[in-house]
Amino acid sequence: MSAAPGYAQPYPSPMACPGCVAAPMQAVSATNNTLPPARLMLSLPSAHCVACMTTVEAGLAAVPGVLSARVNLTLRRVSVEAAADVTADGLIAALARLGYEAHELDPGLLSATETDRQGQDLLLRLGVAGFAMMNVMLFSVAVWSGAPEATRSMFHWISAIIALPTVAFAGQPFFRSAWAALRAGRLGMDVPISLALILACAISTFETVMGGDQAYFDAAVSLTFFLLAGRYLDHRTRAVARSAAQELAALEVPRAHVLRAGVEVILPLAEVQPGDTVLVRPGGRMPVDGVVVTGTSEVDRALLTGESLPAYAGPGTMVSAGEVNLTGPLTLRVIAAGRHSSLHRMADLVGVAESAKTRYTGLAERAARIYAPLVHILSFGAFGFWMVQTGGDLRFAVNISAAVLIITCPCALGLAVPAVVTSASGKLFRKGLLIKHGTALERLAEVDTVVFDKTGTLTLGLPQPVDLLSHAPDVLAVAAGLAAASSHPLAVALAAQDLAGLGITAAAVTDLREVPGFGVEGLWQGARVRLGRAAWVGATPLPATGTYLSLDGATHAFAFTDSLRPGAAALVAALQSANLRVVLMSGDAKGAVSDMASRLQIADWTADALPADKAARIAALTAAGHKVLMVGDGLNDTAALVGAHVSISPAQALDAARVASDIVLLGQDMAPIADALRIAKQARRRIMENFAVSAIYNVLAVPLALAGFATPLAAALAMSASSVTVSLNALRLK
Amino acid sequence: MDILTWLIPASLILAAIGLVGFFWALRSRQFEDPQGDASRILKPDWDDHPKP
Repeated sequence: MSAAPGYAQPYPSPMACPGCVAAPMQAVSATNNTLPPARLMLSLPSAHCVACMTTVEAGLAAVPGVLSARVNLTLRRVSVEAAADVTADGLIAALARLGYEAHELDPGLLSATETDRQGQDLLLRLGVAGFAMMNVMLFSVAVWSGAPEATRSMFHWISAIIALPTVAFAGQPFFRSAWAALRAGRLGMDVPISLALILACAISTFETVMGGDQAYFDAAVSLTFFLLAGRYLDHRTRAVARSAAQELAALEVPRAHVLRAGVEVILPLAEVQPGDTVLVRPGGRMPVDGVVVTGTSEVDRALLTGESLPAYAGPGTMVSAGEVNLTGPLTLRVIAAGRHSSLHRMADLVGVAESAKTRYTGLAERAARIYAPLVHILSFGAFGFWMVQTGGDLRFAVNISAAVLIITCPCALGLAVPAVVTSASGKLFRKGLLIKHGTALERLAEVDTVVFDKTGTLTLGLPQPVDLLSHAPDVLAVAAGLAAASSHPLAVALAAQDLAGLGITAAAVTDLREVPGFGVEGLWQGARVRLGRAAWVGATPLPATGTYLSLDGATHAFAFTDSLRPGAAALVAALQSANLRVVLMSGDAKGAVSDMASRLQIADWTADALPADKAARIAALTAAGHKVLMVGDGLNDTAALVGAHVSISPAQALDAARVASDIVLLGQDMAPIADALRIAKQARRRIMENFAVSAIYNVLAVPLALAGFATPLAAALAMSASSVTVSLNALRLK
Repeated sequence: MDILTWLIPASLILAAIGLVGFFWALRSRQFEDPQGDASRILKPDWDDHPKP
């Protein structure tokens, strides 16, 4: 395959590009020469097949100025090389026309080169070990089948020439980590591995020089190969999770619209200073902490506090980074930006809590703790026993000791966990769940209590009007007419209702005017009508989220409820039928929470919970011996997410919450969480089975080795058979 | 058994060519997008006439 990317045209043909028809070709090529082409990176979450790849690449290549586009289907990204005047927004719009959702990625944050390099390094070592193993095995087969003395000796020499440099090169990751473990005074899994490799090579070299009949070069090399395979799988799973997590972080390109000397400039957040004036448009998120200088609007604090009801913001109101501006443009005077903003301070607190969190010991680590001392005791015991028994035959005793180390060496153990975790996280990734933490699946399998946040987690944060039919048709018609003029979430929800299906057409309201922070008003049949906040309209507020209409001197209240996230009801039902305790904890008002709890039939719920209350409740549950799964999205959940045994947050969550959680839900649908619990349980069972399988092989082979009957052939058979069994068992995951 | 003096170096050289091939593949970033490359061969784009 040629390395030239796809079929992108180097220059757009004049006919295809109106700009080129207008401008002389000469000028266009001159710009292409002077401005270096820029590389843009877009995330493409919905690309999954060959047709997507073709459509996206051809579609982007047709955009004027694009030099080449190449889809990476593994990472679901497209990298575009384009003239400097092509913007990511233009490409995203072009992709949207093709039916693909795309997001700009910050290439600076995606410098995954370090991880890349590590992966390449492991793959290189794995390749070398594989090459050496194949060749050494060929010679070994001849030796096993009884080659005559001279041939055997020659084959041993050739094997030594191949195996020694291979082990020295490919075994480096193990030697290095064993050395680090020894210096820290620990006995990790890598110490016996390194010892086995070194001892096997040394004794085999010695035997070769002496013309002996047993050499373990094949064992040393295949040991390296199988263990590197486990290491590589482990690395890949983590690298995929890490790059996807980086992708989520890179999604929010942090910029602020700053007014400097009356001119609006777009600056990276790091350059915004306290005292600057920042403009926030409706729909935008506050980039900084500040005080409103001009403009009125409503702000959505759901991500920070869990309140679903938008709050009023006018001159003098304090706003915090992370809140969303809903209706009118606001100008803020910056009080704190970047590292000093409240959002960052909270995120830093989470970081502190996380580093203090007691580290969970994974199954692999627990197995290694039992295993490492046992192997050393067995090996040295065998050495001592045979030294005494044979009256000081050092060569024989060392041979037995090496055989014991090689046979017990944790090939299968090294593959047992990575193979299962790779297989399981691959399955979950396809279902839209991103496993960020290596032991998250193991912890998920132990969960007995599930705590949900409400706003943004169980709900989408999209309001839905309730009981519309209790209003008179002309009231609905006027409300719809007014709502169509506003971009406030409640008005949008009202305007999106299928009123035509009820036989109602929106009334023709004239003189429409939006009063940011209050509502919309207009003229209907000569009378002033208003839709908006209770105080502005003159109505008494409802206990729940609502908007109010004044019409002919009377007021009408429209109540709203938050729409459930798809799959939420099914998930809660599934969890309850699996005998898990389900708890709802929200920072929202009592009415909204109790309504949601009764809709989902959750008996145990708390409203008005402060971030500290949530964390305290989780700590209390943990102290009572429960293993808690926390599902949440807001800044108010982060402490609870960190404190829980394992945590999940949706991709739309605030990045502090995503960083704090172990698993990220990429889609809107919540149903994959139930799958995750099932797969986690299954994965844990497979890991245990794998441990059992490798234990059985050891129990069968170790007595042979201890008794001095182990041959290189037996070692090779035990090792390969157990590794293959373990890998196949991992693939049985459904 | 004299044949071994030829066959063993020959087999080692052949295998070494394979190893060098693997190094080259690794260097030229062919393991970056295994899923995409597997699908790319199925693209119908140049089925009827070769790529110009």
